[in-house]
Amino acid sequence: MGAGHAHPLHLEGVSPVHRLAPEVKIAAVLLFTIIVVLTPRTEFWAFGGYAVLLLVVAAVARVPGLWLAQRATIELPFVLLAVALPFAGHGERVDWLGLSLSVDGLHGAWNIFAKGTLGVVASLLLAATTTMRDLILGLDRLRCPTVFTQIATFMLRYLDVLADDARRMRIARLARGYDPRFLWQVKAFAVSVGALFLRAYERGERVYLAMVSRGYAGRLPQTDDRRAPAGQWAAAAVLPVATASIALAAALGS
Amino acid sequence: METTAMHIANGIVDGPVSAVFAVLAIAALAVCVRKAGHDLDERLAPMAGLVAAFIFAVQMLNFNVLPGVSGHLLGGTLAVILVGPWVGALCVSTVLIVQCLVFSDGGVTALGLNITNMALLGTAAGYLLVAGLLRILPKTASGLAVTAFIASVISVVVASQGFVLEYALGGTTDLSLPWVSGAMAGVHVLIGIGEGLIAATTVATVAKVRPDLVYALRRFRKPVTVPEVGVTA
Repeated sequence: MGAGHAHPLHLEGVSPVHRLAPEVKIAAVLLFTIIVVLTPRTEFWAFGGYAVLLLVVAAVARVPGLWLAQRATIELPFVLLAVALPFAGHGERVDWLGLSLSVDGLHGAWNIFAKGTLGVVASLLLAATTTMRDLILGLDRLRCPTVFTQIATFMLRYLDVLADDARRMRIARLARGYDPRFLWQVKAFAVSVGALFLRAYERGERVYLAMVSRGYAGRLPQTDDRRAPAGQWAAAAVLPVATASIALAAALGS
Repeated sequence: METTAMHIANGIVDGPVSAVFAVLAIAALAVCVRKAGHDLDERLAPMAGLVAAFIFAVQMLNFNVLPGVSGHLLGGTLAVILVGPWVGALCVSTVLIVQCLVFSDGGVTALGLNITNMALLGTAAGYLLVAGLLRILPKTASGLAVTAFIASVISVVVASQGFVLEYALGGTTDLSLPWVSGAMAGVHVLIGIGEGLIAATTVATVAKVRPDLVYALRRFRKPVTVPEVGVTA
């Protein structure tokens, strides 16, 4: 199931959200998602409140609603799972339009749909307003272990190179009049994947030796060590604080 | 562009269980970092980054299994055979973290669950199978291809059953577990077969041209004579 990840979701733009430092945005999205997941599923109006918060962020970030809606279809398989739950769930059942539905399953479906959608939209807003490079930089500043940020940095640098390599190999195959597209032709495809690995690894060895000869000793030099000012942290904190207030109000109100 | 998620989203498994698996994933990855250092020393970051980019690039190459149904590699077992279990687990988890943050695939709070299933359970099962099967099967390109196929199918199914375990512990809806388990296994056997076919041919190609790059063959290096460079498999 599923197609590949063809394009990053970054949306070029100028907005207050785009200008925020990446680490404060990652922290805000993380806290927002944790609060959403911890909210009991029966607090229906709290989820409405969260959705309004995300819409406000989207408006401030100038991310079009249609763009968000199209990208949010990524969670479609889970929506299908949610649709199946009322039929497959156990316990007390209700009749609705002649269908016997499980109450627990209905709640479960709502739970997955609401929390899944809010989480995906929050992540989409983060990805839309932050470049890949900045996301890695943000993780580094949040004290994510350097092994991971280093691997991720190299990965993102090599990604386009490899994708182009793969594209050239495909064009070369097409130019020779062969376009494998069905299961019984899988071998031609897999052989080119093997060739891609060899080319990539040999290129990596060359690049590594070139780096060592230029003084690389296991860590890239830090070029930019500006930390986010307190004002940015305060601005980004508005989202989790508002979310927590809604959650608290819901908890006290019920 | 058509993209669908295949990683666990937010809200499928409850908060406490997600947190427990996040801690488990962090602890296991710390071990992987230490062990991977032995395999690659200071080459770790550049080479692991390259393998991660390779997995990512391979995931972008869609292949039409049948008209209208496209499949693509998950790449865990492939990585394990080519670069070993420790570097493989690190690469797969880096791919998962980047997919979560940059591509919104997989929930932020479910990252621990996804890493446990695909980067830890999947690669561990894959590597144990590869290590075991290579004791019995011939250490040639075709033996390696058979190993890669079997290990891919089983490791993908094992990873899917990791989700069933997590759902049993912290699922947000009461479902019959055999049903969940069966549904997940059924879907993933199909994914695993596609995965296995591609992984097998890929590994065989690499083993013919540069057998020194195949981690799984490293232990058997001495008895292995340089295989002839074949035309096509």
